[in-house]
Amino acid sequence: MDSLIYHSPALIVALPLVAAFAIPLISRAGYRARNTFSLVIFGFITFLVAALAVDVHSVGIRVYTFGATAAELALPGGYMVPVRIMFEVDGMSIFMGIIITTVTLAALIYSLHFLKGQTGQARFYSLMMLLYTGMMGLAFTGDMFNLFVFLEVASIAGAGLAAYRTNMADALEGGFKYIVISAVSALLVLFAIGILYSQYNVLSIAAIAHYMQTPTTLDMIALGLLGGAFVMKLAGVPLHMWAPDTYTVAPAGTTPMILAASYTSMYALYRVTFTLYGRHIDTAAIGWIVIVVGVLSMFIGVMMAVHQTDIKRMMAYHAISQGGYMLLGVGVGLAVLANPVALASYGRDAINGGVFHIINHVFYKALLFMTAEAIFFRIGTRDTNKMGGLARNMKWTAVFYIIGALAISGIPPFNGFASKLLIYETVLKFNPVLAVIAMFVSLVTLASFAKVFYSAFTGPEMPAYREVREVPKSMIIGMAILAACVIFFGIFPGLIVDNLVAPATEALINQTPYINAVMGAVP
Amino acid sequence: MEHVPLDFPFIAAALLMAVSLYIIIFKKNLIKLIMGIAMLAAGVNLFLVALGYRAGGGAPIYTGVPKETMVMPVPQALTLTSIVINVAVLALMLTMVIRIYRHTGSLDSKKSRKLKG
Repeated sequence: MDSLIYHSPALIVALPLVAAFAIPLISRAGYRARNTFSLVIFGFITFLVAALAVDVHSVGIRVYTFGATAAELALPGGYMVPVRIMFEVDGMSIFMGIIITTVTLAALIYSLHFLKGQTGQARFYSLMMLLYTGMMGLAFTGDMFNLFVFLEVASIAGAGLAAYRTNMADALEGGFKYIVISAVSALLVLFAIGILYSQYNVLSIAAIAHYMQTPTTLDMIALGLLGGAFVMKLAGVPLHMWAPDTYTVAPAGTTPMILAASYTSMYALYRVTFTLYGRHIDTAAIGWIVIVVGVLSMFIGVMMAVHQTDIKRMMAYHAISQGGYMLLGVGVGLAVLANPVALASYGRDAINGGVFHIINHVFYKALLFMTAEAIFFRIGTRDTNKMGGLARNMKWTAVFYIIGALAISGIPPFNGFASKLLIYETVLKFNPVLAVIAMFVSLVTLASFAKVFYSAFTGPEMPAYREVREVPKSMIIGMAILAACVIFFGIFPGLIVDNLVAPATEALINQTPYINAVMGAVP
Repeated sequence: MEHVPLDFPFIAAALLMAVSLYIIIFKKNLIKLIMGIAMLAAGVNLFLVALGYRAGGGAPIYTGVPKETMVMPVPQALTLTSIVINVAVLALMLTMVIRIYRHTGSLDSKKSRKLKG
């Protein structure tokens, strides 16, 4: 048991990778065997993530070095530079791990019935496991090059999933856009890694941060390349053009996973700006750039969402808009990072709000995407103008939609309220204009979701949809897991902030433990 | 950078990347877009290999017991990994383009476009 937890960082990434290639073989024994295998192995991975989370919470940062005599030895044999491949799991990494694992679990259960009767199911589950591997690797990795590798693993699997319904031309288009922007941004990341390697001759994030003094011009070019690439991957305006297309066409269950992959890129952005560069750059200027991207995403995202008639496309634009809230909160914290008074007064809470909003948003937006896909599953269209009266026959879906819509609009007692309130309060102290924009965007969000609710779920019974039934049980269970999280996080926000979000924020603000975990022995 | 005798490989890599970014942004043909990405990958790989070059350094192979100083093989390892990954990405993109062509009968990204708004 102890050795299981000891090796859990490696197992969490290795097991889904093995499972991904075992699933097509096991599928030959029938779909029951495959579904059971997927659920059992993923249940075991969920258990490992939970155990690792408890461990990181109580003990602190975990270093796992591959091939060393003891996994926690970052510098084996008296080396002065870390040369081995290494995972570093701190509060922020495990925070992302919990988000990714919960969403994948819900998506897996949701997909069990959703896929019935479709071809290529084995490959669907394989890609799902590969996407999970890529995201978890990205969250856990301790060196820059594996960041690139896992980014590519997640991109390839994500694009394959987005284009899963190859019988539809629009699905291929969404998948193709995703792979193009992923390939370009990954190559920019690789170029930036090359620039950093040319100066420091190491790849470990902690070692580069340790050796970096006043950033040179080359360092700033690398930061610009990394920032641009990650903003493109997380769909920040003005590099958001791929997101509506990809989110719209991806089959149910996988849209939330691709959404989670976007926020894993956001994690990489924070890892780079806070941990790698945070000690030496002018954080006020970088913070303002993040704030501007955040406000633009918030405003343009919601304005584009209002007039959409495709239900998933509308939700995708709202995903861009909500991403802006996260960037706004963390950007405010980054802008005052060098100012201890402001940091203690509101900066830390602003980062708390921005980070808390990631988990909240992934849960309620995943729920909303699943309800949209449940409607598509039953009536075969995503056009809100063709829907009507669906609440009569799809009661559970309607209830889950209401929960998600209220949460995204920031209505208590749902989780969106908790994180949005944190962001409003702190941003108000930083710059009142930004807080006003954030509240205005929230109002428009509520209006837009209310509009879709009325056109899709209420109104007279439409003759074409008289025979529509509720979706199968596994889809309801998948949505129920997320709805339960949404409500639980909304009722006990303090519990979550203290135990999950605050360690993540601390990991971002204070880079020293992350660097010392690897470079502590080096003078 | 004092160990690198010539800046030429870096200039070539920068030019290659600049041209490929131009292609990726402005060309409408999907195959040309993929060629642009392949060129971007080539540019980045050239940059990495050029980084790893040290004048007078030998290959880090222990069996031959080389007399000269050995170079650190990390950039070469990165390049190999990057080449392998890019082959996978390019293959996936090409299969998608073939299927897009079958559906829409066009490789022009303006004509084959379905998703708007």
